Amino acid sequence: MAMVALRREGRRFAPLISPHPMAAVRSSIIPAEEQVPLGVRSISTQIVRNRMKSVKNIQKITKAMKMVAASKLRAIQVKAENSRGLWQPFTALLGDTPSVSVKKDVIVTISSDKGLCGGINSTSVKISKALHKLNAGPEKETKYVILGEKAKAQLIRDSKKDIELCITELQKNPLNYTQVSVIADDILKNVEFDAFRIVFNKFQSVVSFLPTVSTVLSPEIVERESEAGGKLGDLDSYEIEGGETKSEILQNLAEFQFSCVMFNAVLENACSEQGARMSAMDSSSRNAGEMLDRLTLTYNRTRQASITTELIEIISGASALEG
Amino acid sequence: MLRRATTLLTRSTIPLRARPFSTDVAETAPADSTFSDAWKKVVPHIDPPRTPLTFMKPRPVTPSSIPTKLTVNFVLPYASELSAKEVDMVIIPASTGHMGVLPGHVATIAELKPGVMSVHEGADVTKYFVSSGFAFIHANSIADIIAVEAVPLDRVDASLVQKGLAEFTQKLNSASTDLEKAEAQIGVDVHSALNSALTG
Repeated sequence: MAMVALRREGRRFAPLISPHPMAAVRSSIIPAEEQVPLGVRSISTQIVRNRMKSVKNIQKITKAMKMVAASKLRAIQVKAENSRGLWQPFTALLGDTPSVSVKKDVIVTISSDKGLCGGINSTSVKISKALHKLNAGPEKETKYVILGEKAKAQLIRDSKKDIELCITELQKNPLNYTQVSVIADDILKNVEFDAFRIVFNKFQSVVSFLPTVSTVLSPEIVERESEAGGKLGDLDSYEIEGGETKSEILQNLAEFQFSCVMFNAVLENACSEQGARMSAMDSSSRNAGEMLDRLTLTYNRTRQASITTELIEIISGASALEG
Repeated sequence: MLRRATTLLTRSTIPLRARPFSTDVAETAPADSTFSDAWKKVVPHIDPPRTPLTFMKPRPVTPSSIPTKLTVNFVLPYASELSAKEVDMVIIPASTGHMGVLPGHVATIAELKPGVMSVHEGADVTKYFVSSGFAFIHANSIADIIAVEAVPLDRVDASLVQKGLAEFTQKLNSASTDLEKAEAQIGVDVHSALNSALTG
């Protein structure tokens, strides 16, 4: 009988007392629709507990992704550093002419297929769009060749008519020169170009990726520039050893240069992708850890508030009985 | 322990950061300034991207007298076999035949055919079988050889070479389209070059 009265009193008290701790909890994280149903005596810590469980799972997942990215980075970094000597002879011979002005520009944007890798794909797309703007002019046309899903998704929105070719799923098999030369062959066959501008992220260190643009000129433009003088001016002083004509050799040279530069660019971009993913996942797990700390504090406060509520109910019930 | 960790971190990052600040940037600044100026006019709020010249060491100018040694850079897609090695002579399999390169050789661009490349350094001779590629010989006695595949000759299996040669000769005879003929011809060329490299 006394217990029944106590319980009835308790029920009347609970809705009076509960709003205050509930308001404190509601203001921090819980959205408005997840209110504790009325008539329940103690404040539920279930919601906070569910939240903590999901945040902990997310932290575990991001930590695992960081480890996977670190091991992939180690494997591909060796390959990328070994391939760095490949483009240097071409630049030593033909120089680097990013400011050359041609009629048919083709911008080759290299990006990743998978996401969660920080801002590198957006950086590449920004640079590509800026190059497009830079090379815009009368009688000039600029086209895109896109490697990777992420750049395709971003560029297809506003430059759909300028996209010539899209190549995805590069990293299904480990990257090697044969695969890249087949892709380069594809591009050379299907795209008319005067100059290729290859945009990629060069891997400098695990936390630093430099957007870079490499220029590969077509043989006609090479001839034009060497006649005009300047950086390519002393190309004529080179004897051409070969049974074929100079233009055939220059053609082979341009194609070989394109495939070598592409190979290095693809490897460097893959390294940058793994490095960026490592740092993104690292900061994500750190954020999850901080969130978990805050949730734990809230959980403890909620738990202690509900205990205090129960005590108050009991004590006031008891004192009501006495006095 | 924390102090040492920070010194370790700075020690590891300083050499990395030092690379872009090497003398390359100052030397090639006039060359790239047209690009970065044009960039800044059109897109002022984004930093201009780097260009390959900033990542390369500048090549030495042509000396007035012929140097005594030839500097060879032999690169493959997956490794830099020789980088800045000083040698006496290199014999490369150009498409017009084997040519010997000595210091002071005239500047040349040569396309390579499958064959043996030998590097002569004093009394040692290292032979590689290269599949194909290009060789640039600059006026400052630097030779850049870029090949797609290269193997030291002692790693080549003679029996497999014979088998491959027979297979591709047979394919060449039975080829119908131009593409098949070209592919079979390439196979025959490479295998016969390998054969003569092993025997000769």
